[in-house]
Amino acid sequence: MTDAYVVGVDMIKFGRFPDRTVPQIGAEAALLALDDCGLTIQDMQALYSGNLGQAAGMVGQRILHEIGQTGIPVVNVANACATGATAFREAWASVKAGLYDCVLAVGVEQMGKGLLGGGAATKGIPKEGLLGSSTMPAVFAEAGMEHTRKYGTTFEQFAKVSVKNHHHSTLNPKAMYQIETPLDTVMNAEMISYPNTKLMCSVNVDGSAAAVICSEKKAKELGLMGRAIKVRASVLASDPWQQRDLVMPDVNSCTRRAAKEAYEMAGLGADDIDLIELHDCFATAEILHYENLGICGDGEAGRLIDDGEVALGGRIPVNVSGGLLSKGHPLGATGIANIYEISTHLRGEAGGRQVEGARIGMTHVIGLGSACALHILEKV
Amino acid sequence: MSEQALLPTVPYIKIPDSGDPYLEGYRCGSCEATFLGERTVCSKCGTRDQMSTVTLPNSGKLYSYSIVYRSFPGVEVPYISAIVDLDDGTAIKGNLINVEPDPANIEFDMPVDVIFADALGRKDSEGNSYLAYFFQPKV
Repeated sequence: MTDAYVVGVDMIKFGRFPDRTVPQIGAEAALLALDDCGLTIQDMQALYSGNLGQAAGMVGQRILHEIGQTGIPVVNVANACATGATAFREAWASVKAGLYDCVLAVGVEQMGKGLLGGGAATKGIPKEGLLGSSTMPAVFAEAGMEHTRKYGTTFEQFAKVSVKNHHHSTLNPKAMYQIETPLDTVMNAEMISYPNTKLMCSVNVDGSAAAVICSEKKAKELGLMGRAIKVRASVLASDPWQQRDLVMPDVNSCTRRAAKEAYEMAGLGADDIDLIELHDCFATAEILHYENLGICGDGEAGRLIDDGEVALGGRIPVNVSGGLLSKGHPLGATGIANIYEISTHLRGEAGGRQVEGARIGMTHVIGLGSACALHILEKV
Repeated sequence: MSEQALLPTVPYIKIPDSGDPYLEGYRCGSCEATFLGERTVCSKCGTRDQMSTVTLPNSGKLYSYSIVYRSFPGVEVPYISAIVDLDDGTAIKGNLINVEPDPANIEFDMPVDVIFADALGRKDSEGNSYLAYFFQPKV
């Protein structure tokens, strides 16, 4: 099978664009990614489009209505917060399989403000606040408290994740926010669902990101190998059965399964990874994934954040973009925005937040339900 | 005026004509995995048609929790959203009541009882009242 390369990739600055349509927002990133590699929509053989909010709305075709109706096949993807990464992976798979040699993946989302999860009752009476909580902040708080239960992880350690990621985002002009949030500010922010305060919850924003993926042969023909990023591993996992599945959506075992498979596919280990963009939908979640992705042993995640190993300049910087906590989390766009961030570092083009000497990076997303998508990228 | 019978908030709350309400699980005859809600295939081992109902125990231990301060309009906060491992290992989620919602008062593995009570006065669009379950510290 051929190797597949990201030859063009970009994202828009995340924000709130209530006056624009989802296809318009997606089209902007698509054009940016095409411009990044000097190609046009006429060069694309297929489009893989990720969007959650309008999953039945043929968003991919409507993006082509904005930028060029070339008649190519379009696949619309929805996979919770793994939507964008799944669209990227489907694009990658089509190139790996030899079906196409140059395709486009777009992820886009337009979000409202406010709580996600725990919606209204479909029949009977609402269960929220009656049989516990199904809001996302509570679900991820309970997952974090499981770590507290096992290892004594503290509210302060969870809060430090948010301090770090908000700091990182001050160096990322495409992040929603560029604001320092000191530890006491994070810990004293409005408590949403203990131990997650408002500053420990990801930001609901509008956004889009896109990537152009080529076969090795095509990238060479087009003279695009200079900035090309090799996809060393692409893995998608669902949640294997766990005893507490029915009441506690599982973000751990599917990440562990995907990580093991991704390292095997790439022939690499966690020690080979120079930086990671992982799914910090809540500060509690980031702590879990240090261990799930194997960058430290079980029970060591608290120490990792205390010692600054996961901060820019540390042993393995995590979420240098600002992460979902501060860059923002437009659900369908997030997975491809992660690809953009890692690619930008591997290309040495990340400016003030550049991870020096970065050669191999990893992206991780979790969609509750659950879906985990992992990618390992390398600059060759 | 006779009191209207309460309806179960979720299908796995069983309200017998006589006797106390209880929680009902479905257990796989092949691998022993337990589920909430009716099913015919086990999602742990894939075995078909080996599910049978079991009465779940009314006590367990607190596994994990969150104290919820922000919820949807009409939901009284703060409250404790709790994951409880029942004595047979089945995990269920519900409100932990009769405890101050403060981490200092909540201990992992604290023994809890499952109790049944009116669903906080919530009624459906037809005015029916419901029966829910709650956890409270074992006395």
